[in-house]
Amino acid sequence: MYSASDLKKGLKIEIDGEPCMITHFEFSKPGKGQALYRCKIKNLITGNTFDKTYRSVEKINRCSLISRGYTFSYIDADDYVFSDNETFEEAHLNDELLGDLKNFIVDDMQVEILFHNERALDISLPNFVEMEVAETEPGARGDTATNVMKPAKLPNGYEINVPIFINEGDTIRVDTRTGAYADRASKG
Amino acid sequence: MAIDSIALRDAVMRSIRAFFDEHGFTEVETPIRLKIPCMELHIDAEPSGDHFLRTSPEIFHKQLLAAGHGKIFEVGKCFRRGELGPLHNPEYTMLEWYRANADYMDVLADTKALIQAVAAPDLRGGSVGGGGDPASVAEGRDLGSAEWEILTVSDAFTEFAGWNPVGNYAEDRFDMDLVEKVEPALKRMGGPVVLIDYPVEAAALSRRKPDNPLVAERWELYIDGIEIANAYSELTDPAEQRRRFEVCAERRKALGKETYPIDEAFIQALENMPPSGGVALGVDRLLMLVAGADSLDAVLPFR
Repeated sequence: MYSASDLKKGLKIEIDGEPCMITHFEFSKPGKGQALYRCKIKNLITGNTFDKTYRSVEKINRCSLISRGYTFSYIDADDYVFSDNETFEEAHLNDELLGDLKNFIVDDMQVEILFHNERALDISLPNFVEMEVAETEPGARGDTATNVMKPAKLPNGYEINVPIFINEGDTIRVDTRTGAYADRASKG
Repeated sequence: MAIDSIALRDAVMRSIRAFFDEHGFTEVETPIRLKIPCMELHIDAEPSGDHFLRTSPEIFHKQLLAAGHGKIFEVGKCFRRGELGPLHNPEYTMLEWYRANADYMDVLADTKALIQAVAAPDLRGGSVGGGGDPASVAEGRDLGSAEWEILTVSDAFTEFAGWNPVGNYAEDRFDMDLVEKVEPALKRMGGPVVLIDYPVEAAALSRRKPDNPLVAERWELYIDGIEIANAYSELTDPAEQRRRFEVCAERRKALGKETYPIDEAFIQALENMPPSGGVALGVDRLLMLVAGADSLDAVLPFR
């Protein structure tokens, strides 16, 4: 348990069994009144934010978050299935939780999954992933300028802008944090 | 933008002393280390060896009033354990003054004149503009000419929180709504707002209003929603003061807080204390407002 005086920005706490994070914190003590700890709190599952004020006598539940290493295994309908690197237990992460990151998940990819109790909350991918260009207009030979971009598609249909010299069959590195082209890994 | 808080503090301190000198007050010095801190429900004193650091100079000032010193002021450091935030620092500068044969309305007039003298535009221009960035002067509050609103606690709570705490006081609800509803409304109103006539349960060391025993003669000055000063028609009844200390000790015990013994010299002094009005004003917060800053960081360079 935390005391109200332990609260601070960035602290993860548990409210009604749900993992939450304090995104804004303010110490307040009106007039001759008691110390109050005013927080803006984000629910880490729903993403909703709300205000909550704690009195100094209140106790707040700690939030135990654990991150574990997993390997991407296969797709099962809307779920992406990963296996625990130590126990080989499967974790199913749905489309919604993955968001845009699902576009950059490749076979045998090593990922970290963040759990609250047994519930997966978040996934982190390697910063760069190598993927093959499935479709793009033919490149202009000799034009290695990287500031002129053209549309391309990855095998999963993800659309990405690539420099003009990239051809179908080339392998490129994509920055999974931004979803943008980083550089060319190898020619097709 | 950086504010020249050193020059600003110097200018404000000079104008505070000039103000009280002009109005016939005596500057006094009272002990910073005390054997028995003044007991208040939610104020914790910082230990200092076998003494405590003062949380306020109040108990000594009242003894001076009882000894016949009718207009006194002191500016000095006070200490409150565990208070740290944008508007709090465990060590801070307090201005405290008392006027004998006066009440809380008389010292409200002092406060208004003081703020107007201290926060006059020429002072801001002269102090901040000298070493700092001219933009920060423009952002600073022109408190000298602002209108002062006077709002009873009863009206403020009824309007902004939907209930009247007078005669119907509940501490947690009062503190929560003050912070979450009333203070933000005072911030929206902007400028100086005096919240006046507190429920007697939140009287602290103020006396009851003669014509309404549910209300205490206490006010708090807010500027732009930030609490700047607290004032009382001082409680001068030794029996009532003793009873309040005893209740406070019980409640502190229940909260698991340490209790302090009753300071008999103080209680005895009340026997001879004339009716008085007193104000405690947070100098660091005032500097912060004059500078147009929103945190004490701007005016406490060593924090």
